[in-house]
Amino acid sequence: MSDTADVPGADQPVDPDMHLMRERKLAPIVPTASIASSALTLVIAIMTYLASLTLGAVTIIGDTARGWQSDIAREITIQVRPVEGVDLAQSVLEASRIAEGFEGVTGVTVIGEEVMKDLLEPWLGSGLDLEELPVPQLLTVAIDDDDPPDLETLRRKLIENVAGASMDDHRAWLDRLVAMAQTTVVAGFLIFLLMMASTVLTVIFATRGAMSGNAHIIEVLHFVGAERRFIAGEFQHHFMMLGLRGSAAGGVLALLTFVVFAIWIWWRGNDPSAEQAATFFGSFSMSLTGYIGTILLIFAIAALTAVTSRFTVLRFLGTLDRNSDEIEG
Amino acid sequence: MIRFDNVGVRYGIGEEVLQDLTFRLEPGSFQFLTGQSGAGKTSLLRLLFLSLQPTRGLIEVFGRDSSALEPGELPAVRRRIGIVFQDFRLLDHLTLYENVALPLRVRGQEERTYRRDVIDLLKWVGLKDCIDAHPSILSGGEQQRAAVARALIDQPELLLADEPTGNLDPVLARRLLRLFIELNRSGTSVVIATHDHTLMEQFDARRMILDQGHLHIHE
Ligand SMILES: Nc1ncnc2c1ncn2[C@@H]1O[C@H](COP(=O)(O)OP(=O)(O)OP(=O)(O)O)[C@@H](O)[C@H]1O
Ligand SMILES: [Mg+2]
Repeated sequence: MSDTADVPGADQPVDPDMHLMRERKLAPIVPTASIASSALTLVIAIMTYLASLTLGAVTIIGDTARGWQSDIAREITIQVRPVEGVDLAQSVLEASRIAEGFEGVTGVTVIGEEVMKDLLEPWLGSGLDLEELPVPQLLTVAIDDDDPPDLETLRRKLIENVAGASMDDHRAWLDRLVAMAQTTVVAGFLIFLLMMASTVLTVIFATRGAMSGNAHIIEVLHFVGAERRFIAGEFQHHFMMLGLRGSAAGGVLALLTFVVFAIWIWWRGNDPSAEQAATFFGSFSMSLTGYIGTILLIFAIAALTAVTSRFTVLRFLGTLDRNSDEIEG
Repeated sequence: MIRFDNVGVRYGIGEEVLQDLTFRLEPGSFQFLTGQSGAGKTSLLRLLFLSLQPTRGLIEVFGRDSSALEPGELPAVRRRIGIVFQDFRLLDHLTLYENVALPLRVRGQEERTYRRDVIDLLKWVGLKDCIDAHPSILSGGEQQRAAVARALIDQPELLLADEPTGNLDPVLARRLLRLFIELNRSGTSVVIATHDHTLMEQFDARRMILDQGHLHIHE
């Protein structure tokens, strides 16, 4: 319907109040802008940001720890020490042959003289002649993750058949690393749980705080005959939008933080200190789990806000229409 | 339409504010409810509106025992009763237009279906010039008339008004009374709580007088 107030017809009388009949955009029943609701949005944004950061950090730690385990487990080392009267080169060849023929082994590399020199240089200085030193020969054995060889049999075979051979499957290291990784993951998970608990409580209390200014609205709606469902629905919708605005802001900011961090690490990729960090912490980039988790968190927190407001409305409605002594009793 | 049988009310553990109320409200009737300040007029209206439960006795509303009503059935009963609160209870974040339309809006009606009714009613109570104003900037009398309009918008079968002329000058008060009388002629039962004697003298109607918790009725 359009406003026809200033289009007087020739033969019909002009209604001076015609302009009153114009279409009006109705204000929402739950007031949108209030200090309490801006504060709630801010609190939700901050809590979502912190919870997402925690979630991201925990997934990075978990992934990294898992990475350590598999990297180390993927390789074993065979050492062949020089023994008097035995040809070292022959022994290395024999060890290599045994390992290669073993089921579950995908490849054997003899660490050559040049590499050995590089490895030893920091300790023994440059220009050394390996021929003169009783330096053991190293072989790295790559193993199939899905079908690992029986390491004990391999070890026994090597020791029996090759003089001076020993095998290191990094078991001691690995066990310690696994323990450490598990502790880190468990600790990270506990921190995440605490973070989530405080997020949930903060969101609940902040929502209830923002709701408390609306008691008179609930009361009036109730007295003009609105159904409980209608009232709860209005508030739930309003608070879900508030919550979503806050949690989306916090969550997206957290995702950006991780992206910026990953880019920064990648950019400094050639720096030796960054390389060292990468050895320990992986690439610092969050896995898909972290991103999906953050997005789920955004929606979960918005839903929590909505549900809290709904329950607050329903509980308040329950206290109306009662005699005061019933409330006290 | 409404029947009270031996109804008593007390707040908390105090004395009974209302005792032994036994009366009927007939369809199409008109009554003044009067009594000193603190006599219990507002409490009696709350009983009629089912927003206060009696401590004892029976209240029957539209043929139903009020104590047997489920909470979910209350809105449907409320829609047949219009109420003007002593403190108006308008919502400050809504315009007068939106306040008056609220009872229709919460019933899910489209804005264009009630636009003319709301505007006509606001014109009738003399608020044509503040249709899009917010209640907080209006005078007490203007707010009061808006509250009356909100109670009437859905053509209730029973109108309860708590001191509806308390903030009005005699001319406006008379005009509002005429509105109530007209409404009553079209079939609505009316209960007006007031201690304004000049108002009551203008219209010969049933008087319900509250005195020390007891109700005396002058037909
Ligand atoms: N919610 C309440 N809790 C406790 N006591 C109440 C409550 N409401 C009313 N009372 C008491 O009940 C009595 C009657 O109050 P009510 O408001 O019904 O009187 P009233 O006739 O409407 O007075 P007024 O003319 O001043 O509006 C008063 O003594 C009041 O203190
Ligand atoms: Mg009163």
